[in-house]
Parts: sequence; structure tokens; C-alpha cells
Amino acid sequence: MSTVNAHVERHSPLAHHFRDMAQQFDAAKLGIWIFLCTEILMFGGLFVAYIIMHGLYPAMFAEGARWCDWRMGAANTTVLIVSSFFMAAGVHYTQTNQRVKAIQSMILTILLGCVFLVIKYFEWRHKFELGLLPAHFFHYKGAHHANLPMFFSLYFCMTGLHGIHVVVGMCLIAWVTIRSIRGEFNSEYYTAVETVGLFWHLVDIIWIFLFPLLYLVG
Amino acid sequence: MAQNKVAAEAHGHGDGHAGHHIVPMSTYVKVLFALLALTALTVAVARPVSGFDAGIFNTLIAFLIAAVKASLVLGIFMGLKYDKKLNLAIFFTGVFFLLVMLLFCLLDIYTRVHVQSTL
Repeated sequence: MSTVNAHVERHSPLAHHFRDMAQQFDAAKLGIWIFLCTEILMFGGLFVAYIIMHGLYPAMFAEGARWCDWRMGAANTTVLIVSSFFMAAGVHYTQTNQRVKAIQSMILTILLGCVFLVIKYFEWRHKFELGLLPAHFFHYKGAHHANLPMFFSLYFCMTGLHGIHVVVGMCLIAWVTIRSIRGEFNSEYYTAVETVGLFWHLVDIIWIFLFPLLYLVG
Repeated sequence: MAQNKVAAEAHGHGDGHAGHHIVPMSTYVKVLFALLALTALTVAVARPVSGFDAGIFNTLIAFLIAAVKASLVLGIFMGLKYDKKLNLAIFFTGVFFLLVMLLFCLLDIYTRVHVQSTL
């Protein structure tokens, strides 16, 4: 029985437990949105910590933000927004059976993800060299505010967790790009492209909030 | 190729059998430019950059601009505007519980005596 089903699944993207492609697509999107909710709540914990600490120590956050170069942050925001646009384009071109354009768009998305990480690397290296590190790793001597290490605890937790998501997102986009090159997607079946795209857009949204809160406050 | 695209877009607006709404590229381009313009705006009204100062509202303004940008990404790029309303409901459920978490944490912290002077 199971071998028969496995045989069917290899030849059709429709899994046997779904009525039709539309139901399968809706179920997948429902699933990914529930997953995105868990992501919102995970980052939400850090945002709640940020809001409370910022309310208690506004001067400390202003001092911390001075160590974050807004030019690099703005550059990274632009990079991620453009990458989100290309991911949306990748889904659009897959939906309209323009496979080559879809593959090009998704490769551009991955490359922009790389650019984001390179800029992030330079920002982090600068802070590592100065000793602007989380909690008791902090060893910069010229801090004015006694609680400045707390800013960098939040900074590294938030940008670090976000950075992990960028890396995971790039791997997922690479996976759907390879499947797209193999010709597995078309206007009738592109669920993986759509759901990976949703994940990438959420990573973009989180950065849209992180950028002003970390770089522009004070 | 172009015919394909037109046909697909017509199909999208007609709410076809699978319910797939295909957003035209021109809409994505408009959203892209709106997002870039809002990024420029949020930089322009930031005190460390331009010296613009709205006092205690600085963070609120930055947050509101970010919320508008996030709505654009959610509505158009992620398609919540065109999706089944169930996905929108799930998203707002997540946001609701985030607000519950925030509210109770704020109540806890700010009802403690001398919270400003410790630590």
C-alpha cells in the first residue's frame, strides 16, 4: 500500500491525503502562517525586552545607538527590501510560467542576502574590536552609562537571531531555486516557492523594525 | 510569454479555480518604491541623523513608519490582502498574544516601587 502511494507521490505534486491542488496549497499556506506566528512571538519576546529597557534607560539606548552606524543600517534595510521585492518577483514569474526570470530573481535574492551578511560582518567586527559586547563580555573602557552592556546584549541577540534567519532563508531559497532549475514548479504547483517567499518577507519585516529601534533611537 | 502573463493576470483577477491571485509586477514595483521612500523618511526624521527632535515621540514615529512598511510587505508582498481571511486572522492572533505579553510585562515592571532607581 505504502509503496503504491510513494509511487503516486513521485509523479504528481498532489499528496494522496488532499482532495485537490487548491486544498493542498491552502493547507500549506495555513501551516506556514501558523509557523510565522511562532516566529513573531519568538522575536516578540526580544522586542518586549527592548521596549521595557528602553523605557527605563532611554539615555543608555541613545548612547548605544551612537555605536551603530545608521548608514550601514540603512544600506542593509535597502538591501533586504530590494531582496524581498525580487523574492516576490520570483513567485510572480513562477506563477506565470516564466521560469528563467523566476530563477534569476531568486538568485538575485540570495546574492542580496549575502550582501546583507557582509555588511553585518563589518558592523559586528567593529564592535568586537572595541569590546562592545553583551553583558560581562563587555570590556570597552569609555562607556558613559553603567548599563551600556545591556544595550549590546539586546543588540547581539536581536541582530544575531535575525542573522540566523537570513542564513536559513538563503538556504531555503537556494533549495527552491534548484528545484525550479529542475523544472519542478509551474503555474499549477509552486507551493514551496510561495511559502519560502513568505518566510523571507517575514525576515525582511523583522529587520524593518530592528533598524529604527537599534540604529535611530536616542 | 507576454500572452501567458496577461492570461495569468486575468485569471488572478477572476479568482480562478485554485484561488491564486497573481499580483501584477507593476504593483510590486510601486510597493518597492514606497518602502524605499519610507526608509528614507525614517532616516530623515531620526535625531542622530538630522537633528529632528519630537521628544518622547521619536520612538513612536520610528515605530509607526516601520508599522506602515510592515503592512505593505504583509499586504502585498505576502499577499494577505488577497489571501483567505483565515491567514489574516492567524497573523492577528499572533500579534494579539504579543500585545498580551507586552501589556503584562509593562504592568509588572511599572507597578514595582523604585523600579527606576534599582539595577
